[in-house]
Amino acid sequence: MRFDEYDPGDFYDELFAAKGQPRPEAAVLVKRIHSLAPGELQQRQQSAQSALFKQGVTFSVYGDAEGTERILPFDIIPRIVSAQEWTRLEEGLKQRIYALNVFLADIYQDQKILKDGVIPAELIYSATGFLKPCLDLQPPVGIWCHITGTDLIRDRDGQWYVLEDNLRCPSGVSYVLENRRVMKSTFPRVFSAMEIQPVEKYPSHLLETLLNLTPPNLLDPTVVVLTPGVYNSAYFEHSLLAQQMGVELVEGRDLVVADGYLQMRTTKGLQRVDVVYRRIDDDFIDPLTFRADSMLGVPGLMEVYRAGRVAIANALGTGVADDKVIYAYMPEIIRYYLGEDPIIPNVPTYLCWEQQQQEHVLANLEELVVKAANESGGYGMLIGPKATTEQRHEFSQRIQANPRNYIAQPTLCLSRTPTIVNDRFEGCHVDLRPYILYGKEIYVNPGGLTRVALKKGSLVVNSSQGGGSKDTWVLSHASDQLQGASVQSQIQSLRF
Amino acid sequence: MLSRVADSIYWLNRYVERAENVARFVDVNLNLLLDGPIGMKEQWQPLVLVTGDLPLFRERYGEATAENVIQFLTFDSKYPNSIISCLQAARENARCVREVISREMWEQLNAFYLMVKEAAARQPLSDWHEFFTEVKMASHLFAGVMDATMTHGEGWHFGQIARLLERADKTTRILDVKYFILLPSVKDVGTPLDELQWIALLKSTSAYEMYRKCSQHRITPKRVAEFLILNREFPRSIQFCLMQAERSLHLITGTPAGTWSNPAERALGRLRSELDYLTIDEIIQSGLHEFLDDLQRQMNETGNKIFETFFAIETSA
Repeated sequence: MRFDEYDPGDFYDELFAAKGQPRPEAAVLVKRIHSLAPGELQQRQQSAQSALFKQGVTFSVYGDAEGTERILPFDIIPRIVSAQEWTRLEEGLKQRIYALNVFLADIYQDQKILKDGVIPAELIYSATGFLKPCLDLQPPVGIWCHITGTDLIRDRDGQWYVLEDNLRCPSGVSYVLENRRVMKSTFPRVFSAMEIQPVEKYPSHLLETLLNLTPPNLLDPTVVVLTPGVYNSAYFEHSLLAQQMGVELVEGRDLVVADGYLQMRTTKGLQRVDVVYRRIDDDFIDPLTFRADSMLGVPGLMEVYRAGRVAIANALGTGVADDKVIYAYMPEIIRYYLGEDPIIPNVPTYLCWEQQQQEHVLANLEELVVKAANESGGYGMLIGPKATTEQRHEFSQRIQANPRNYIAQPTLCLSRTPTIVNDRFEGCHVDLRPYILYGKEIYVNPGGLTRVALKKGSLVVNSSQGGGSKDTWVLSHASDQLQGASVQSQIQSLRF
Repeated sequence: MLSRVADSIYWLNRYVERAENVARFVDVNLNLLLDGPIGMKEQWQPLVLVTGDLPLFRERYGEATAENVIQFLTFDSKYPNSIISCLQAARENARCVREVISREMWEQLNAFYLMVKEAAARQPLSDWHEFFTEVKMASHLFAGVMDATMTHGEGWHFGQIARLLERADKTTRILDVKYFILLPSVKDVGTPLDELQWIALLKSTSAYEMYRKCSQHRITPKRVAEFLILNREFPRSIQFCLMQAERSLHLITGTPAGTWSNPAERALGRLRSELDYLTIDEIIQSGLHEFLDDLQRQMNETGNKIFETFFAIETSA
């Protein structure tokens, strides 16, 4: 398979500047792929997929009687990001996560930003992620959101935008780790020649982030990962992270509140738990405080948490900051708390909650993407240009009935990258979800999950909507220079 | 270690061992048929009889033909003790404790499951013997991988106990198959046909060569039974399994050997020491089948005590 016929067309392409013209950072890879014998690329693609399946890197499909497991479709053509570009993104993400944390601390404490009228208080109080029981809560070391997955996209002109923040239980980092494992055996030589920044330190950083929440005098703290259980679609990830950190993976039924502490049931009796990396949504974590019907959580946990006897990451209540309406205020939030302009811009966003903006949205539905403030996974969405008149009409009514719940954005033209589809390269739309950890300092894992829309022309990259994934190669600075200055000699000196 | 996790490791190992033993089980009968004289009546019902699931089998399949019995014990996903069901259950348990077991263990078990699932899909199999050999080897491989890649701590010991108790139980059942096959014609005892059957039985427990090396070469029913029940060095004999299981149990709790601190240790220790002082003559006098039956009952009881002691930790605090 060759790239000769591959045409980026009228899109920003991640690997090609123009037809037949790879970007400098992709030149070595393209050369390597051209050197493969016919059929070999497809064969490597297949063996990569079957390795993932054999290793059980799967997600469970809801509503399937057989409890079917599938792998996230994986494409072996990586997405490549230059070091220079990455540095900028990294700065932008750190700025954003820092501001979000200050914002969360303020919202649940002094609410200065509301008093100063930067954000209307009613928007906060009506956000489903806002939890009254968390008011005046003092999470350890003052950090609320320790683990973030922020979705980035690129428009036609190559400009990066933040599409949304995920501050509750962002998932997908296990695919970053597993995809990388597979890619190292798929393209070993290109990999070592290109000086790609490693992603494998994520579990160590995650563990440090969690240990940062324990009191300094605690000698042997117990950290656990709390999962809803084996039927959760992200179970594989919960299990992998617990394994890689060497901590217990627990379910609600393993835990109990006793003697004022959170404890787990072991073969030798109860044992105290100090830090919980929870992968259960707020609503389900304590039936005594939140949803009474939840079987997943631990009765009484909130009380122990409020008393400061257990740390929870992410803190409860962080969801208020990834409400899509609050998202629209992010540039103001960054300016308000940091006195800086955002490094990575938001996608321009209309709030249907405001009369004028709503009118604009209703008048321009065929050009806009409408999203529900609290849905994820590509649900509750209207893609205006692709929708039928009927669907637009339906959304128009929904917006007017519940304006607080909807935002609208112009349809951006997501960047594309070559992807193997039926024995040829197709340009498929991608986004990027980097993972950010906030412990003693803020750490951004180099790269992140590149999600790819495998249906031709589709803009939806979610796994629940038929998306797949790719490895993301962030080059090191040395590699950047190498690629830029002497691509040709680099290619020639590389013995394939 | 979390009780739930210990429980899963325990069952994961029991199920893998069970799948292996069902394979041995069916394979011994296939071998018997090959070795038997032409015209010998095929006997498949005893295999189902000793599993204790004969009524279920009758209801679902009716007649105990070779085809029906093999299907039932191997690929019937509705029968919880078939090879495929065991592996599915083992894999589900492994999935629940992936963070505790080694990556290699998970991959081997997953490959094992996929191999059997694939075989189930391409039926009828042309070579059953080859398939059962593959099942046995995959189970060995799993045990070996576990031995070589997992820390020999609490979890590993729970796995050992499970495997050894399951193996001891199945050795009693394999011996029992012989008993039931012989039942219809007691006159065959001591004939050349009889010897062939005992050889097949030894082979099905991978004991033939080991037996030859230690039992004055001749194959006699009494010596074979003694070897499989009381030998202290052969890894599939009942006494060996119980000794090692007891050792693991004491390493988990730290209780000194020869004493007990919980009902599980008491049940297992009592059973093991009983065998310590038993002779094969006493066993035969009391009736081999009755003896095996009683062993099975006591081993079940030991399993229950392990569950109560370690896995069902009281929730109220």
